[in-house]
Amino acid sequence: MKIQVLGSGCPSCKNLHQTVIKIVNNLNLVAELEYSTDVSKIVELGVMTSPVLVINDELVSAGKVPNKSELEKIISERIQK
Amino acid sequence: MSLFHPFELVSNWLTFTIFNIEQGSQLASSVHFFIYDALKIFLLILLITHFMSTLRYYLPIEKLRVFLTKRKLFGLDYFFATIFGAITPFCSCSSIPLFIGFLQARIPLGVTFAFMITSPLINEVAIALFLGIFGWQITLLYIGAGILIGMIGGFILGKLKMEKYVADFVWKIDSKNQNQGNNKKESLIKVFPKISQEAFSIIKKIVVYIIIGIGIGAVIHGYIPEEFFDKYLGNNNFWSVPLATILAVPMYANASSVIPIIESLVTKGVPLGTGLAFMMAVVGLSLPEALILKKVLKWQLLLTFFAVVTVGIIIIGYLFNFLF
Repeated sequence: MKIQVLGSGCPSCKNLHQTVIKIVNNLNLVAELEYSTDVSKIVELGVMTSPVLVINDELVSAGKVPNKSELEKIISERIQK
Repeated sequence: MSLFHPFELVSNWLTFTIFNIEQGSQLASSVHFFIYDALKIFLLILLITHFMSTLRYYLPIEKLRVFLTKRKLFGLDYFFATIFGAITPFCSCSSIPLFIGFLQARIPLGVTFAFMITSPLINEVAIALFLGIFGWQITLLYIGAGILIGMIGGFILGKLKMEKYVADFVWKIDSKNQNQGNNKKESLIKVFPKISQEAFSIIKKIVVYIIIGIGIGAVIHGYIPEEFFDKYLGNNNFWSVPLATILAVPMYANASSVIPIIESLVTKGVPLGTGLAFMMAVVGLSLPEALILKKVLKWQLLLTFFAVVTVGIIIIGYLFNFLF
């Protein structure tokens, strides 16, 4: 599974990245994690707010940091068998 | 202010009965001010963040982009851009993607700037604070001022034809898909928990700043003599507005702590326009924001942008001092 956190380097973006790392570790997932501060990637997705969370090339959330339990749910729903 | 009368009673009771502070003392004046303001402000913030989160749910920023690109608006586009700027919570995280996203959709540079200028100047927490502290007339004027600065500033920046001073890579980003904003909207009852959650996450972020702001305001209210500010920042000093504006630039403070401080300054004789200019400059002209924008703007445009906003804020400050 591929998880991308895209941001502009702001505190919320880093916060989201850290939370994702924790969840991936807690759930013992094998995931390819990517953290990028390249804004053009965000724009290419067609969104205008950051931070952006993309899982398996699907845009999952933009412009906010979902809380931890919400994130856990989002990630576990997308675990590939 | 009869609406807030119960809070007056609670603050009286806490200050004089529970804390047993001597009536008429400086401490009593500070403590009473603190409790009353805190109660009033938090009620208003609770209501307004919920209202704004609801508004945002039904009118996401992507909708504005579609709206601005699909219609011919004959100048009204500046107005709509500022309105959206006002309801969109300003976060430096999003300023660059928003900027690029607008230009990508072929929204004119001036209209894009109208949005960018107003977005930090007007925010929901500031509206709640203004309502609680200065009443609805001044709140409306404050919103009007923020919109006006954005519209005129954006218009001027648009007329200056500064497209060549936008970083080159911005024009090269290619985006095939433009998110149109989710069109399937649930009913309010269904989404309310989500909206409420968002509202509370905003409140959580600012609660400390507001408490600090009200605390400092309360100290000024109780302990600092009126002549003090009147001497330096009173109406007689015509340079007080530009001075307040310039002083605010290096301050990376939060509007939520600045406004309660301004309240006590205003009651101590600082003119409202000077206070407003200070607050707007704190949020609208911040150095960290400039550094972020430097990524997409060449310095000529960045400087012009800041100059236009500075002049706008100073004019609004004078105007408020003239009116009140």
